[in-house]
Amino acid sequence: MTGPPHVGVTGAFLGLPTFQTAAKAALEDPVLRRNLAHATGTIRDKRAAVVGELANWEELRLAAEAIKDVALHRLDEHLEAFEANATAAGAVVHWARDAEEANRIVVALVQAEGASEVVKVKSILTQEIELNEALSAAGIDAWETDLAELIVQLGDDWPSHILVPAIHRNRAEVREIFLREMGKVGRPAPADLSDDPCRLAEAARLHLREKFLRAEVAVSGANFAIADTGSLVVVESEGNGRMCLTLPDTLISVVGIEKVLPSWRDLEVFLQVLPRSSTGERENPYTSIWTGPGAGPVVDGPRNVHIVLLDNGRTRVLADPKGRDALRCIRCSACLNVCPVYERTGGHSYGSVYPGPIGAVLTPQLRGTASDVDRSLPFASSLCGACFDVCPVRIDIPSMLVHLRTRVVDESRGGVPSVEQLAMKAASWTFADHRRLGAVGKVASTVGKVLRSKLMGGKQVLRQLPWPAGAWSHARDAPVPPAESFRDWWQRTDGGQQDGAS
Amino acid sequence: MFAHDEVVEPGGVQDVRVSMRVALFATCFNDVMWPETPKAVVRLLRRLGCEVGFPVEQTCCGQIFTNTGYLDEAIPAVRNFAATFAGYDAVVAPSGSCVGSVRHQHRDVAARAVDTRLQAEVEKVAPTVYELSEFLVDILGVTDVGAYFPHRVTYHPTCHSLRMLGVGDRPLKLLAAVRGIDLIELPDAEQCCGFGGTFAMKNADTSVAMGLDKARAACDTGAEILVASDNSCLSHIGGLLSRQRSGMRVMHLAEILAATATTSIDGAP
Repeated sequence: MTGPPHVGVTGAFLGLPTFQTAAKAALEDPVLRRNLAHATGTIRDKRAAVVGELANWEELRLAAEAIKDVALHRLDEHLEAFEANATAAGAVVHWARDAEEANRIVVALVQAEGASEVVKVKSILTQEIELNEALSAAGIDAWETDLAELIVQLGDDWPSHILVPAIHRNRAEVREIFLREMGKVGRPAPADLSDDPCRLAEAARLHLREKFLRAEVAVSGANFAIADTGSLVVVESEGNGRMCLTLPDTLISVVGIEKVLPSWRDLEVFLQVLPRSSTGERENPYTSIWTGPGAGPVVDGPRNVHIVLLDNGRTRVLADPKGRDALRCIRCSACLNVCPVYERTGGHSYGSVYPGPIGAVLTPQLRGTASDVDRSLPFASSLCGACFDVCPVRIDIPSMLVHLRTRVVDESRGGVPSVEQLAMKAASWTFADHRRLGAVGKVASTVGKVLRSKLMGGKQVLRQLPWPAGAWSHARDAPVPPAESFRDWWQRTDGGQQDGAS
Repeated sequence: MFAHDEVVEPGGVQDVRVSMRVALFATCFNDVMWPETPKAVVRLLRRLGCEVGFPVEQTCCGQIFTNTGYLDEAIPAVRNFAATFAGYDAVVAPSGSCVGSVRHQHRDVAARAVDTRLQAEVEKVAPTVYELSEFLVDILGVTDVGAYFPHRVTYHPTCHSLRMLGVGDRPLKLLAAVRGIDLIELPDAEQCCGFGGTFAMKNADTSVAMGLDKARAACDTGAEILVASDNSCLSHIGGLLSRQRSGMRVMHLAEILAATATTSIDGAP
């Protein structure tokens, strides 16, 4: 096994194929297409139903947007308040500039406990920093305990969705992975395992229970960090997260600095919009909130609570007035589920732990636009706007995509011009003056007349266009230009007054 | 704002005599490739009592540049637009995405040009620019435009008219009032067709995959014609339908609304 590629925001990232290249392969995978269409369709319908129940949904979105903006506007103050309150509650707060620093802190904390393994509650942030790889390099095993993350980890795979990381797998594939891999890292799956979801869940439960009861250290992310209380909040659906957060003696939470909410009462809004947007549930099944370690003679929960606050490019995103709204994201993945591009190309095409529309705006901001894949991501959208419509924190993803396209194009200026750059320059010159456009119309209508003539067989459509227009005609017919442009018709008929048709 | 003087004629055609200066923004793509659409807009608006002009200085909204990241290259088109369409009561375009670009992106282009006069011009012109169905329903106040079109039709709401402009059910109301029409609902109508401007070229495979689903949904309705209010999207879906020899055709909303008992399906008298 070669292992998954480096898809995080780390120094190990070497660049992957462009979105176009990866998407082409995904589009040709019928199993993937079916799995994705089925899963996104189901979640999309569930979300639409429960969002439709709330008369004040738009007000909730506006409130969520406003709270996040306030949080980000004075991020430094809220983070310092969080640190002070969490520290007062007995937690140890660490600050990490980038992935490498965060990984070094976590590895050292695990080693200080003398542990050789950790259990993990689902956390995209630790995938962003490729923590498992760092732990592994230090001889520490990291066990993913979220069911879908377990499937991904056992399958030597990487997540393709923010909320349901194994969305690209169907249950027959999951059964095969469990049968093949579980025994290598712990309790094997029963030999008579079927692809019945209950049996699969049972196999995972038995496999994971061993690890929960043995582990001394847990690693988590957090959905929210509450500044005025110093509390962390984890929102999950399975209860496996709750096991991680309460059983081991030491809990290390790696938290992106954009997760901070100013006040405890802000949580109310997000506990309404998050489950409805993500899983299509009215209320989230397992919401864990903790403020420092447990106290008293019988400690319930971890004795040592560490919190690593991580930047890893976020302050750079914050510095861009047109890009910073992406930091409002609460990782609900509603934008993935409604995206017609994601539905057909899957998460892996985006070459990042953050796929879909939000990934297309977040990844190039976090990683920069030096690599082919990161430069291709802002263009991986038809700008249909469905993502903006469902976003619970109202991130205008289409406008942000256009902003990032501009950045990519601007960065490419100055060298030897590409065919596209030359074409754009020529078109720009044409549209500066109507006489130039009129000339284009005349050329087009002359071509149109010839093609429509009896000599050319009276063509109505073109089946093959020369390069570079072949990208169009590969699967689509192109129209034959009309025999007369509108402009010429208007002039010839005196605005249609001399024309029988009007 | 505008003086309305509605007269319902015996034929059922609502004649809205509006004393306003209306300019047609044909859009560059329609001008060169789909002239029947702006011609239909002219016929339709005149039938409803509007005086329609076509300022010949017009070129393009600049969207192809803006949405591909070429802001500098969009500046000449935006300058041209602001200068050409200043001073009209209303500018009407048969394209949701071009109108969306004018209303939502011209200010970014003007800001890029670092030209405060252009910025002011753009802000002044933008609110006077309407997509056809908006102009008919909101400004003229008509839904029955006196059209006759005895065909089975299904309607695809293009993304920018739906989400950027929020035209809502205006086009459907207009279609529903057409005499003789058999209007069938399109399943998953609000899903993007996959055109997306240069997306159709840069991500051709994904664009085609999306378009095929749209084409299939349209064919499955049993309709004879797929109608929308953007010829760019229709070129994409229509190109797929034609390549598949599906037997289904596409048409712009304006051409259906302009059709009467005395015109053929192609709008000819």
